[in-house]
Amino acid sequence: MTLLWIGDAILLLVVVPIALYLLNGTLVAARNIVPSVRAIAVTAAAGSKDLDAAALLLTTQDQVSQTVAGVAGYGGSLDVILDDAE
Amino acid sequence: MPLYAIPAAGIVLIAIVLVIVLALVYYLVSIILQLQKITAGLDEVIGNVTEIVEKSGPVNEIVNAINKDLDAGVDMLEALLVKKAGMIDAVGLVDGLYPGAAAAGFRNFPESTTVEAPRISEVYTRGTLTLARLGREAPVAMANPAGPAIRNAAAASHSAWVLYDDVRHTSPAELPRSPVIGTDAPVQYEQRDDIGQPRKRLPARNP
Repeated sequence: MTLLWIGDAILLLVVVPIALYLLNGTLVAARNIVPSVRAIAVTAAAGSKDLDAAALLLTTQDQVSQTVAGVAGYGGSLDVILDDAE
Repeated sequence: MPLYAIPAAGIVLIAIVLVIVLALVYYLVSIILQLQKITAGLDEVIGNVTEIVEKSGPVNEIVNAINKDLDAGVDMLEALLVKKAGMIDAVGLVDGLYPGAAAAGFRNFPESTTVEAPRISEVYTRGTLTLARLGREAPVAMANPAGPAIRNAAAASHSAWVLYDDVRHTSPAELPRSPVIGTDAPVQYEQRDDIGQPRKRLPARNP
Protein backbone atom coordinates (compact mmCIF):
# COMPACT_ATOMS: atom_id res chain seq x y z
CA MET A 1 0.00 0.00 0.00
CA THR A 2 2.80 2.34 0.86
CA LEU A 3 4.42 1.73 -2.49
CA LEU A 4 1.15 2.58 -4.17
CA TRP A 5 1.05 5.91 -2.40
CA ILE A 6 4.64 6.57 -3.31
CA GLY A 7 3.78 5.81 -6.94
CA ASP A 8 0.83 8.20 -6.76
CA ALA A 9 3.04 10.90 -5.36
CA ILE A 10 5.67 10.41 -8.06
CA LEU A 11 2.98 10.43 -10.69
CA LEU A 12 1.41 13.58 -9.37
CA LEU A 13 4.56 15.51 -8.54
CA VAL A 14 6.89 14.44 -11.36
CA VAL A 15 5.12 12.84 -14.30
CA VAL A 16 2.15 15.18 -14.52
CA PRO A 17 4.20 18.42 -14.39
CA ILE A 18 6.65 17.11 -16.96
CA ALA A 19 3.85 15.95 -19.26
CA LEU A 20 2.05 19.27 -18.93
CA TYR A 21 5.27 21.19 -19.55
CA LEU A 22 6.06 19.25 -22.69
CA LEU A 23 2.53 19.39 -24.05
CA ASN A 24 2.29 23.11 -23.36
CA GLY A 25 5.59 23.74 -25.08
CA THR A 26 4.45 21.81 -28.14
CA LEU A 27 1.19 23.72 -28.26
CA VAL A 28 2.95 27.09 -27.92
CA ALA A 29 5.36 26.17 -30.72
CA ALA A 30 2.50 25.09 -32.96
CA ARG A 31 0.66 28.32 -32.26
CA ASN A 32 3.78 30.32 -33.09
CA ILE A 33 4.12 28.61 -36.45
CA VAL A 34 0.66 29.68 -37.61
CA PRO A 35 1.39 33.45 -37.93
CA SER A 36 4.65 32.69 -39.72
CA VAL A 37 2.88 30.47 -42.22
CA ARG A 38 0.24 33.14 -42.78
CA ALA A 39 2.97 35.74 -43.34
CA ILE A 40 4.69 33.43 -45.82
CA ALA A 41 1.41 32.91 -47.63
CA VAL A 42 0.84 36.66 -47.87
CA THR A 43 4.38 37.19 -49.11
CA ALA A 44 4.08 34.44 -51.68
CA ALA A 45 0.81 35.91 -52.88
CA ALA A 46 2.44 39.33 -53.21
CA GLY A 47 5.38 37.79 -55.06
CA SER A 48 3.03 35.99 -57.41
CA LYS A 49 1.16 39.23 -58.02
CA ASP A 50 4.42 41.06 -58.71
CA LEU A 51 5.23 38.51 -61.38
CA ASP A 52 2.04 39.35 -63.25
CA ALA A 53 4.15 41.82 -65.21
CA ALA A 54 6.47 39.04 -66.33
CA ALA A 55 4.15 38.41 -69.24
CA LEU A 56 5.04 41.87 -70.52
CA LEU A 57 8.56 40.60 -71.10
CA LEU A 58 7.26 39.16 -74.33
CA THR A 59 6.32 42.67 -75.42
CA THR A 60 9.70 43.92 -74.22
CA GLN A 61 11.43 41.22 -76.21
CA ASP A 62 9.52 42.21 -79.31
CA GLN A 63 10.26 45.90 -78.75
CA VAL A 64 13.94 45.21 -78.20
CA SER A 65 14.11 43.19 -81.38
CA GLN A 66 12.47 45.98 -83.34
CA THR A 67 14.71 48.59 -81.71
CA VAL A 68 17.87 46.65 -82.45
CA ALA A 69 16.69 46.17 -86.02
CA GLY A 70 16.10 49.92 -86.30
CA VAL A 71 19.50 50.67 -84.81
CA ALA A 72 21.05 48.25 -87.25
CA GLY A 73 19.32 50.12 -90.07
CA TYR A 74 20.60 53.44 -88.83
CA GLY A 75 24.03 51.93 -88.37
CA GLY A 76 24.03 50.72 -91.94
CA SER A 77 23.04 54.16 -93.15
CA LEU A 78 25.73 55.79 -91.03
CA ASP A 79 28.22 53.32 -92.40
CA VAL A 80 27.38 54.59 -95.87
CA ILE A 81 27.17 58.28 -94.99
CA LEU A 82 30.29 58.58 -92.86
CA ASP A 83 33.71 57.83 -94.05
CA ASP A 84 35.87 55.46 -92.11
CA ALA A 85 38.58 56.59 -89.77
CA GLU A 86 42.08 56.64 -91.18
CA MET B 1 -13.20 -8.05 -6.69
CA PRO B 2 -15.90 -5.47 -5.95
CA LEU B 3 -15.22 -1.79 -6.67
CA TYR B 4 -15.47 -0.72 -3.10
CA ALA B 5 -12.59 -3.06 -2.36
CA ILE B 6 -10.16 -0.78 -4.24
CA PRO B 7 -7.86 0.95 -1.79
CA ALA B 8 -7.77 4.72 -1.59
CA ALA B 9 -4.34 4.80 -3.18
CA GLY B 10 -5.73 3.01 -6.21
CA ILE B 11 -8.53 5.53 -6.56
CA VAL B 12 -6.05 8.39 -6.38
CA LEU B 13 -3.98 6.65 -9.01
CA ILE B 14 -6.97 6.32 -11.28
CA ALA B 15 -7.82 9.96 -10.74
CA ILE B 16 -4.29 11.06 -11.59
CA VAL B 17 -4.25 8.95 -14.72
CA LEU B 18 -7.61 10.42 -15.67
CA VAL B 19 -6.22 13.93 -15.23
CA ILE B 20 -3.24 13.05 -17.37
CA VAL B 21 -5.46 11.65 -20.07
CA LEU B 22 -7.67 14.72 -20.01
CA ALA B 23 -4.64 16.95 -20.24
CA LEU B 24 -3.33 14.91 -23.13
CA VAL B 25 -6.64 15.17 -24.90
CA TYR B 26 -6.81 18.93 -24.42
CA TYR B 27 -3.30 19.62 -25.55
CA LEU B 28 -3.28 17.15 -28.41
CA VAL B 29 -6.58 18.43 -29.75
CA SER B 30 -5.26 21.97 -29.53
CA ILE B 31 -2.09 20.94 -31.33
CA ILE B 32 -4.14 19.18 -34.00
CA LEU B 33 -6.14 22.34 -34.58
CA GLN B 34 -2.98 24.40 -34.90
CA LEU B 35 -1.49 21.85 -37.29
CA GLN B 36 -4.63 22.04 -39.39
CA LYS B 37 -4.21 25.80 -39.59
CA ILE B 38 -0.59 25.31 -40.55
CA THR B 39 -1.58 22.82 -43.23
CA ALA B 40 -4.14 25.24 -44.65
CA GLY B 41 -1.56 28.03 -44.67
CA LEU B 42 1.01 25.83 -46.36
CA ASP B 43 -1.54 24.84 -48.98
CA GLU B 44 -2.01 28.52 -49.75
CA VAL B 45 1.75 29.00 -49.85
CA ILE B 46 2.15 26.08 -52.21
CA GLY B 47 -0.49 27.52 -54.51
CA ASN B 48 1.20 30.90 -54.62
CA VAL B 49 4.65 29.39 -55.04
CA THR B 50 3.33 27.29 -57.90
CA GLU B 51 2.04 30.46 -59.53
CA ILE B 52 5.45 32.07 -59.04
CA VAL B 53 7.17 29.10 -60.64
CA GLU B 54 4.77 29.11 -63.58
CA LYS B 55 5.04 32.85 -64.11
CA SER B 56 8.81 32.97 -63.77
CA GLY B 57 9.39 29.88 -65.89
CA PRO B 58 9.79 31.59 -69.28
CA VAL B 59 11.53 34.64 -67.83
CA ASN B 60 14.99 33.14 -68.17
CA GLU B 61 14.50 32.26 -71.79
CA ILE B 62 13.01 35.66 -72.65
CA VAL B 63 15.69 37.59 -70.79
CA ASN B 64 18.38 35.56 -72.54
CA ALA B 65 16.78 36.36 -75.89
CA ILE B 66 16.62 40.06 -74.98
CA ASN B 67 20.25 40.01 -73.89
CA LYS B 68 21.18 38.30 -77.13
CA ASP B 69 19.48 41.04 -79.15
CA LEU B 70 21.08 43.74 -77.04
CA ASP B 71 24.47 42.07 -77.38
CA ALA B 72 24.08 42.12 -81.13
CA GLY B 73 23.18 45.83 -80.97
CA VAL B 74 26.14 46.62 -78.75
CA ASP B 75 28.49 44.67 -81.00
CA MET B 76 27.22 46.50 -84.05
CA LEU B 77 27.44 49.95 -82.46
CA GLU B 78 30.90 49.29 -81.06
CA ALA B 79 32.15 48.09 -84.40
CA LEU B 80 30.57 51.07 -86.17
CA LEU B 81 32.02 53.56 -83.70
CA VAL B 82 35.50 52.10 -83.94
CA LYS B 83 35.27 51.90 -87.70
CA LYS B 84 34.13 55.47 -88.14
CA ALA B 85 35.92 57.30 -85.36
CA GLY B 86 38.97 55.14 -84.96
CA MET B 87 39.95 53.30 -81.83
CA ILE B 88 41.51 56.25 -80.05
CA ASP B 89 38.73 58.75 -80.74
CA ALA B 90 36.10 56.12 -80.04
CA VAL B 91 37.57 55.39 -76.64
CA GLY B 92 37.87 59.12 -75.97
CA LEU B 93 34.30 59.75 -77.01
CA VAL B 94 32.92 56.96 -74.84
CA ASP B 95 35.06 58.07 -71.94
CA GLY B 96 33.78 61.60 -72.41
CA LEU B 97 30.19 60.44 -72.27
CA TYR B 98 30.75 57.97 -69.47
CA PRO B 99 33.77 58.98 -67.40
CA GLY B 100 35.86 55.98 -66.49
CA ALA B 101 34.46 53.78 -69.22
CA ALA B 102 37.76 53.81 -71.06
CA ALA B 103 39.21 51.52 -68.43
CA ALA B 104 36.67 48.85 -69.30
CA GLY B 105 37.22 49.34 -73.01
CA PHE B 106 35.06 47.88 -75.74
CA ARG B 107 33.78 44.40 -75.32
CA ASN B 108 34.85 43.12 -78.69
CA PHE B 109 38.07 45.11 -78.86
CA PRO B 110 40.38 43.94 -76.07
CA GLU B 111 43.08 46.28 -77.27
CA SER B 112 40.84 49.22 -76.42
CA THR B 113 41.69 48.83 -72.75
CA THR B 114 45.27 49.84 -73.47
CA VAL B 115 44.33 52.99 -75.38
CA GLU B 116 44.99 56.24 -73.57
CA ALA B 117 41.67 58.02 -73.98
CA PRO B 118 41.95 61.54 -75.39
CA ARG B 119 40.11 64.11 -73.31
CA ILE B 120 37.53 64.80 -75.93
CA SER B 121 34.91 65.89 -73.43
CA GLU B 122 37.17 68.69 -72.20
CA VAL B 123 37.45 70.15 -75.68
CA TYR B 124 34.11 69.37 -77.25
CA THR B 125 30.67 69.32 -75.75
CA ARG B 126 28.86 66.05 -75.59
CA GLY B 127 28.14 64.73 -79.01
CA THR B 128 29.89 67.52 -80.83
CA LEU B 129 32.42 65.22 -82.37
CA THR B 130 29.75 62.98 -83.82
CA LEU B 131 27.64 65.91 -84.95
CA ALA B 132 30.64 67.48 -86.58
CA ARG B 133 31.37 64.34 -88.48
CA LEU B 134 27.75 64.11 -89.52
CA GLY B 135 27.57 67.79 -90.47
CA ARG B 136 30.55 67.73 -92.73
CA GLU B 137 28.87 65.28 -95.01
CA ALA B 138 25.26 65.95 -94.21
CA PRO B 139 22.81 65.03 -96.95
CA VAL B 140 21.37 68.56 -96.76
CA ALA B 141 24.30 69.68 -98.88
CA MET B 142 22.76 67.77 -101.75
CA ALA B 143 20.43 70.77 -102.20
CA ASN B 144 23.28 73.00 -103.18
CA PRO B 145 22.44 74.57 -106.62
CA ALA B 146 26.04 74.17 -107.56
CA GLY B 147 25.75 70.46 -107.16
CA PRO B 148 26.59 68.03 -104.44
CA ALA B 149 29.50 70.00 -103.14
CA ILE B 150 29.86 68.03 -99.98
CA ARG B 151 28.32 64.65 -100.43
CA ASN B 152 30.51 62.52 -102.51
CA ALA B 153 30.05 58.86 -101.73
CA ALA B 154 33.10 57.89 -103.69
CA ALA B 155 35.43 60.40 -102.07
CA ALA B 156 33.56 61.81 -99.14
CA SER B 157 36.65 62.33 -97.07
CA HIS B 158 38.26 64.27 -99.89
CA SER B 159 35.30 66.63 -100.23
CA ALA B 160 35.24 67.30 -96.52
CA TRP B 161 38.96 67.74 -96.42
CA VAL B 162 38.84 70.24 -99.25
CA LEU B 163 36.15 72.30 -97.61
CA TYR B 164 37.60 72.53 -94.15
CA ASP B 165 41.31 71.97 -94.12
CA ASP B 166 42.29 73.93 -97.19
CA VAL B 167 39.62 76.57 -97.41
CA ARG B 168 41.84 79.64 -97.75
CA HIS B 169 44.50 78.42 -100.11
CA THR B 170 44.26 76.44 -103.27
CA SER B 171 40.83 74.99 -103.42
CA PRO B 172 38.05 74.98 -104.15
CA ALA B 173 38.62 77.08 -107.23
CA GLU B 174 35.40 79.04 -106.82
CA LEU B 175 36.60 80.91 -103.79
CA PRO B 176 37.83 84.46 -104.57
CA ARG B 177 41.53 84.89 -104.43
CA SER B 178 43.19 87.39 -102.18
CA PRO B 179 43.80 90.74 -103.93
CA VAL B 180 47.15 91.15 -105.56
CA ILE B 181 48.94 94.32 -104.60
CA GLY B 182 52.04 96.00 -105.95
CA THR B 183 53.11 97.78 -109.07
CA ASP B 184 52.46 94.72 -111.21
CA ALA B 185 49.03 94.09 -109.76
CA PRO B 186 46.32 93.56 -112.38
CA VAL B 187 44.17 96.17 -110.69
CA GLN B 188 45.81 99.51 -109.99
CA TYR B 189 44.16 101.78 -107.52
CA GLU B 190 44.36 105.55 -107.52
CA GLN B 191 47.16 106.77 -105.33
CA ARG B 192 46.18 108.98 -102.45
CA ASP B 193 48.07 112.22 -102.09
CA ASP B 194 48.04 112.28 -98.33
CA ILE B 195 49.91 109.04 -98.00
CA GLY B 196 53.48 109.73 -96.96
CA GLN B 197 52.80 113.45 -96.31
CA PRO B 198 53.03 115.12 -92.88
CA ARG B 199 49.88 114.77 -90.85
CA LYS B 200 47.54 117.72 -91.06
CA ARG B 201 47.59 119.98 -88.03
CA LEU B 202 44.28 120.70 -86.42
CA PRO B 203 43.52 124.39 -85.54
CA ALA B 204 44.58 125.45 -82.11
CA ARG B 205 41.95 125.12 -79.47
CA ASN B 206 40.76 128.34 -77.80
CA PRO B 207 41.36 128.44 -74.08
